[in-house]
Amino acid sequence: MCLAVPAKIVRLEESGQGTASYMGSEVRANFSLVPRARPGDWVIIHAGFAISIVDAREARETLRLFKEMAATDRR
Amino acid sequence: MTKISLELGSGGRLMRDFLAAKIVPAFRDPLLGELADATHLPGGIALTTDSYVVDPLFFPGGDIGTLAVNGTVNDLVVAGAEPRFLSLALILEEGLEAEVLDRVIGSIRTAAKRARVRIVTGDTKVVRRGQGDKVFINTAGIGRTVARPRLERVRRGDKLILTGTLGDHSLAVMLARGDFGLRSSVRSDCAPLVFLLPLWRAGARWMRDVTRGGLATVLSELVERLPYPVLIEEDAVPLSRPVRAASELLGIDPLYMACEGKAVIVAPAAKAAGILARVRRHPLGRRAAVIGEVQDRVGRPGELLLRTAAGGLRLLEPLTSELLPRIC
Amino acid sequence: MKELRDPAVLRRLLDEIGAKAGLLGRTPRLMEVCGTHTMTLFKHGLTPMLAEAGVEMVSGPGCPVCITPNAVHEAAIAAVTGTEGLTLAAFGDMTRVPTRKGSLQAAVPAAGSRLRIVYSPEEALDEARREPGRQVVFFGAGFETTIPGIAYTAKRAAAEGLRNFSILPALWLIPPALRAILDAGEIAVDGFIYPGHVSAVIGAAPYEFVARDYGIPGAIAGFEPGDMLLGVRSVLDQALAGRAEVALEYGRAIGREGNAVARALMDEVFEPFDAVWRGLGKIPGSGLRFRAEYAGLDAGRRWGMAAETAEMADASDLAGCRCGEVLRGVIRPAGCPLFSKRCRPDSPLGPCMVSFEGACLIHFKYGPVRRARS
Repeated sequence: MCLAVPAKIVRLEESGQGTASYMGSEVRANFSLVPRARPGDWVIIHAGFAISIVDAREARETLRLFKEMAATDRR
Repeated sequence: MTKISLELGSGGRLMRDFLAAKIVPAFRDPLLGELADATHLPGGIALTTDSYVVDPLFFPGGDIGTLAVNGTVNDLVVAGAEPRFLSLALILEEGLEAEVLDRVIGSIRTAAKRARVRIVTGDTKVVRRGQGDKVFINTAGIGRTVARPRLERVRRGDKLILTGTLGDHSLAVMLARGDFGLRSSVRSDCAPLVFLLPLWRAGARWMRDVTRGGLATVLSELVERLPYPVLIEEDAVPLSRPVRAASELLGIDPLYMACEGKAVIVAPAAKAAGILARVRRHPLGRRAAVIGEVQDRVGRPGELLLRTAAGGLRLLEPLTSELLPRIC
Repeated sequence: MKELRDPAVLRRLLDEIGAKAGLLGRTPRLMEVCGTHTMTLFKHGLTPMLAEAGVEMVSGPGCPVCITPNAVHEAAIAAVTGTEGLTLAAFGDMTRVPTRKGSLQAAVPAAGSRLRIVYSPEEALDEARREPGRQVVFFGAGFETTIPGIAYTAKRAAAEGLRNFSILPALWLIPPALRAILDAGEIAVDGFIYPGHVSAVIGAAPYEFVARDYGIPGAIAGFEPGDMLLGVRSVLDQALAGRAEVALEYGRAIGREGNAVARALMDEVFEPFDAVWRGLGKIPGSGLRFRAEYAGLDAGRRWGMAAETAEMADASDLAGCRCGEVLRGVIRPAGCPLFSKRCRPDSPLGPCMVSFEGACLIHFKYGPVRRARS
């Protein structure tokens, strides 16, 4: 029940609506649940609503961890 | 079933049951009973028909007119026939703008030229406002038999070649409807597959165009009739970026999304590389790839298996009903 | 984030998991309670790989399709077949559940009515705004991930004074269901994988009672295969250290405190009540219903269906269907006599076989893939 993707905010409108970009596609969503989000932030979008702001630093850290795991595994 | 439901039209199990229960017994014709997309008739010709009711009429990459030509042309090509002539029957809703009809007819003309078929007969009807959805089109196609696909000749080790990316048509239509607040550069892949005809002589054993129900449904129908399981490599299946994005966002599986200009070809192992190269030489086949094989190392006869990108194995079932976005 | 799907990485994590499970000296049984987690395991073929590594994965009631009683699905069907000029807007997942009246998707709408699949409740609200002459009913089903969006939509509809929009609620809360499963004591669970996006809203605190009162370790996990394996590994680490806590293995996307704005909105529009879950029965405080101030938006009321329609739940399940026990993790799908015989994906008798995340459908589709005769 949690199908959601991380997308990057492109544009925010007064109404709370806006657009975010995911893999080159643009999706309209409502950002009222994450009032601190700004264009350029990554958010988790579920059923047309952004429910959480992605922590860019933690995301990079996770990626780095996985890249490391992948690298050390290459024999 | 006392009333026809929309679900029946989605081409899945309900449709097959309907054909088996209502259509085939009504006519008891051995040629009809094969339920092939196009039927080879005595005299070296093949016949097919299809109706087109797409909504919206126009979408990026095509419209109901291009579909009406290419869909029927492709049914002939994958059955082993060179498309030659089409009939064109129009059912128009009262109040349809002439300009819209002009565009559709223009598309039909362009598509027919591209596919090298002639529109040689047809019909036009008009129904009351509200009794038809702007335009319905039926086309029947006649082709010259050039090959007879023979499933009996499919062998262990035969490769499956997919001529390009999956799901572009399905996504283009969904987005043109304005569904889901999604915008992307996706365009329908609606196109004629006439360029595949020479592959029959190059050794292709069987072909099917990947339409309603997607690749998984088409291959399920294939594997049902084979003595071996079929294994598909998820990593090898070509997908365009917009389709990848939409499938993650909406939870729709590209393996079940319709195309209108892609085919899957069964080729003997020794000929697969050559056939793949020929497909790739054509602009419509640039992303063609070997996506799987007929094998018996894993699975049981009648099973369609997917080796996931993560290295796991799963069974693929045919689409049983309308493709739906998920929230879960 | 394709690194999170890299087979080499997953293999490495599975090896680590295998080693830890080996140290435990028994096969731990981990329960996830999120349809999307079930789907991740299924899509990537992870469950058999985890089994080989010595960890048994079990699905709990994480599928809103599965746990919404038939009576509610039937109410949706009644709305679209019984009223003219009505749009029933629903998430795709909800439309294929077989009830005594068939499925929502197969229902033939009344004149001028239609079923519309939407991705967001806002699409339904938009239609109501654009077409004031139409009744638009949104079949609002979901867990805490989805509820705030529905609450927001309800609030907007009320603020705009829309008379032609209403919501048929099927809103469920995860933590009370966890407590109910644990208290039922039917199944021994050694650890939980908590749903990452539910947690985006509720944070980590609501699961702490599981660790504190039942001594069971758990980890909040994301939805890539790598995320889930990180979650499994974390639970095993806790078990090996004799610890029980709520670990956060999805820190990149969510914080332990969750989303206070979303929770406030949920609280403003809805209030908890003792809802009946298919298969689990009545669970205290486990469902949400409209508060009195928002009662005008309740489609259940407007269409003469009692808000507690869910009471009639179990009676309306199709005979022989044992989805309830599957949902509680008590039996595996193969334990249901109908499984793969009369109940199959193309002729489902219950929601567990219909829903993409239903345990029965998943087991049917990818059960043990056997090698062919050599």
